[in-house]
Formats: sequence, C-alpha cells, structure tokens
Amino acid sequence: MLKEKLKKMSHGNMNLTLKVWRQKSGQHKGNFETHKVQASEHMSFLEMLDVLNEKLISERKTPVAFEHDCREGICGSCSMVINGQPHGPQRGTTTCQLHMRQFNDGDVIAIEPFRAAAFPVIKDLVVDRSAFDRIIQSGGYISVNTGQAVDGNSIPIEKDLSGQAFDAATCIGCGACVAACPNASAMLFTSAKVSHLNLLPQGKVEAAQRVLSMVNQMDEEGFGMCSNITACEAECPKEISVDNIARMNREYISATLGSNKTA
Amino acid sequence: MNWFTKFLTSSIGRKLIMSLTGLFLIVFLLVHLIGNLQLLIPDGGEAFNLYAKFMTTNPVIKFTSYGLYAFILLHAVQGWLLWAKNRKARGGQGYAVQATRATGTNAGIAKRMGALGTIVFIFLVIHMGQFWFKMKMGDLPVQIYDGVEVNDLYAPVKAAFSNIGFVLFYVISMLFIGMHLMHGFQSSFQTLGLNHQKYTPFIKFLGNAYAVLIPLGFALIPIIFFVKNM
Ligand code: HEM
Ligand code: SF4
Ligand code: FES
Repeated sequence: MLKEKLKKMSHGNMNLTLKVWRQKSGQHKGNFETHKVQASEHMSFLEMLDVLNEKLISERKTPVAFEHDCREGICGSCSMVINGQPHGPQRGTTTCQLHMRQFNDGDVIAIEPFRAAAFPVIKDLVVDRSAFDRIIQSGGYISVNTGQAVDGNSIPIEKDLSGQAFDAATCIGCGACVAACPNASAMLFTSAKVSHLNLLPQGKVEAAQRVLSMVNQMDEEGFGMCSNITACEAECPKEISVDNIARMNREYISATLGSNKTA
Repeated sequence: MNWFTKFLTSSIGRKLIMSLTGLFLIVFLLVHLIGNLQLLIPDGGEAFNLYAKFMTTNPVIKFTSYGLYAFILLHAVQGWLLWAKNRKARGGQGYAVQATRATGTNAGIAKRMGALGTIVFIFLVIHMGQFWFKMKMGDLPVQIYDGVEVNDLYAPVKAAFSNIGFVLFYVISMLFIGMHLMHGFQSSFQTLGLNHQKYTPFIKFLGNAYAVLIPLGFALIPIIFFVKNM
C-alpha cells in the first residue's frame, strides 16, 4: 500500500479524463471533446494541458487553444472554467498556479471558456476580454504632468488606506469575477480599478469623473448588474473584496448627485 | 439622456431603486405584522376591525398606502427587468458544471431572487384579492362598536384560516418571503454602499433575525386561528 503510494508520488502518474470545450471561432457552434491525459501531480494545470496538446499535435490534430502568458499568477490571461469554477477549485489561485495535486487519479475534469455575453469566445477556451480594456481606458488612469518624478514619500498616505488601495490594485483583470457571476456582472473588477485610484490622493483629483465614466462603460459593454451574490469574491484569484463594490456604489451615487460631473 | 434618467437606468441606479423600495417594503412588513397581531386578541375581532378601519380611512395612511402599492409594483417590475437583463448578460450558453460558491451570503438564494420575488408577487396578488379587495369593495358584514358601523374584516380572515389549504398557502408563502429577505435585507445595504467593518456584521445578523422572525410571526397567525377553530 505504502509502496504503491510512494511510487505514485515519485512518478505522479494520474489518469485523467478531460472534457474540453472546442469551438472553431465565435461564428461556429462549440461542443465538448473527451480526451484522456496522463499527468503528474506536480504539474500545473496548464502544464497538464500542454501534455494534452503535445499528444494532439503528435496525432496531427488541432491543439486546444488556451491563453497564458506569465504562468506565475500575475498577468491574468489563463482564463478557463474548471469543473464549474473559474480558475478551478483552489481559492485565491489562477489556473497557471493550480497544481494537479488538487485532483485525484481517475477524475473527470470539465474545462470550459469563461462565459458571458461581453466575453465572446474567440476559439476553444480563449475569450475576448477587451471589454475590460475599454473600462480601464474610460477612467483607470490619473492625469499628471510628465517630468521629474516626485519623491514617493512627499504625499503622506495613511498605512491602512494605502493597504486597501494596494489590495484593490492586485486585481489582474482576469475576468473570473464575470465568469463566476450568475449575472455576468463586472462590478468586482470595475470597483477594484476604481478603488485602487480613488483611495489615494493622486486619484482623488479625478475621482468623481472616474467612477461615473467607468460604470458607464461597464454598462455599455453589456455586463449584468450586481445582486450581491459574492460569487466573484469567492472565485477571484486575488481575493478582491466586495467591499470595493460597496465603495463604488457609494462613490457613484455621490458623484452623480453631489458633483457637477456626468458620465 | 437627462443625467437623472441616466442615473436611474444605470446598473447601480437600477439596483438603488431595488434597494430603496425593498427597504421600504421591509419597514412595511414590520408595521403590517404588528397590526395583524391584533387578530390574536381574544375580543371577537374588535381591536383588529377598528385598526383596519383606521388604516383604510386615515388620510396619511391612505396616502402612504398608495406609495406602498407603487413601490411594490416598482420593485417587482424593476426586479423582472434586472432578471431579464442579467440573463442576457450571461449569454445563451450556460456552464456544463454548475458550482456557484459565495463568501458573504447564501448563493442558492441570492441567484434566485427573481424567482423568489415572483412567488412572493403571486402570493401578494392572491392575498390582496382575498382581504384588501374585500375591504375596499365593502362587500363585508358589519359590526357595530359603540354605535359606529365597522367593516368586519375579522370574519373573512377567520373563515379563510379555518381552511387547511389557505393555512398551508400562507405558511409556505412566508417561507419564500423569508428566503427573499435572508439575502435581500443585507444586500440592500451593500447596494447603497453601506458596508462597514464595524456595522456590516450587525446588519447581517439583524437581516437573518428579521428574515426568520417576521415571516414566522405572520405564519403563526393562520396556524393559531386554525388550531383554535379545530
Ligand atoms: C414582501 C415584499 C418584498 C420585500 C420586503 C422585498 C425586499 C427586497 C430587498 C430588500 C431586496 C434587496 C435589494 C438589493 O439587493 O439592493 C430585494 C431584491 C429583489 N427583489 Fe424583492 N422584496 C419583496 C417582493 C418582491 C417581489 C414581489 C418581487 C417580484 C419580482 C421581487 C423581486 C426582487 C428581485 C429580482 C431582487 C433582486 C435584485 C438584484 O439584486 O438583482 N421582490 N427585495
Ligand atoms: S477582481 Fe479578481 S476575478 Fe475580477 S478581474 Fe480582478 S483579479 Fe480577476
Ligand atoms: S498565465 Fe499569467 S496569471 Fe496565469
């Protein structure tokens, strides 16, 4: 028994059945394809998919298209839904940082693209998340004069506040919040982007306009409304808090009623 | 678009309407329950009938009640709109594996607010047809208290609640209202942006207590009537 276990650990051979979503393009209809894969529990989820793709290529079949870049949990491109959960079962983890030891030998794993009307499928597991870019463009910046950089410590910022702003700034724009939300709402993402600037003195200058513009753009992209289900917070690989959503609601209402700005 | 219209049709503005009308309905439910508890006073319905007369004749209350009808409709219509828009935003294709996790509420309830609200709406229509409509249309027997004629609303209540079917209908409906409130109460505060490290735990506690106690109070009335009439 123990011997077998040790053997399994060293070789890490897991036999998995993958049900992968295949879709040629946004214009084509998609369907699930079943593949068997042997993986080691030390592999990351993406490495396991690499194994699948090697196999497909050697069989002269089209490999599964999935997005990836940094493979260290900071770029937010490795979007996919694993057994109904964006970025898989482990809390606070991107797909690239998810390891196969989270699964068991013999598991059947369903892999689907993020699904939302505002995130159309490009191919297989790859979706178009440029709606997020347009939300950022609408207000996710501060206007400063170029020139010599000011001393970072010249503006005093309370530690707690800078902590909150930093927490919000850890959002990697992956879109898991939208994928997880039964309403496909982008409130967690947008509120993180609003908060990380609006909480800081440099961002305060354009705070009212920022929240109005970014919410307006979010609505125009066709994302849903927030029912405060908190599925976003549960699935966010950076564990962004829904407190940010409350802050954005607050700031949106006060910017609309209490400033002379409009979206 | 006018800035105010734009505000009220924005995602946050729509939710603001849900939240404010929802909170108004929450306050109403409490007042309604306190009033209805007079049904349990063993005086043959006098206190309750006088209260019902006051509620339907006092001009301030009459005015408020028109607001209430408008708010119920506004909450329901906006709720259905949100439901439709959110479905559309989700896109046609669902996930093969369903696994909604949540951190701050009951996900199963929270994602079904539209369906739960619709059940509550059907209940409200039947409930108002049964009692409110009778009171308004005046086809009720009358009682004389101190020489004044008063509609005897107590009589149809007593009659309805001696029927096990109605008792069950009311009790089960209260379960759905309770579920709607279990998520709705705390959600309305978050929608308004009222989220605070110090107060939110209390709001959640209060919301859960409210969602259990108020429907329970309402459900007890038909149960007590039924048992007394057995
Ligand atoms: C007893 C009457 C009712 C009360 C006290 C009540 C209360 C509430 C409250 C407090 C909320 C939370 C609002 C928020 O999240 O900001 C809510 C949400 C909701 N209610 Fe009601 N409600 C009632 C009846 C109804 C009815 C008749 C409908 C009919 C469709 C309905 C549909 C909804 C929907 C769809 C939501 C979720 C909105 C969202 O977050 O997306 N409710 N309700
Ligand atoms: S809030 Fe979280 S889930 Fe949403 S885009 Fe940012 S990192 Fe991803
Ligand atoms: S590949 Fe960059 S976060 Fe996963």
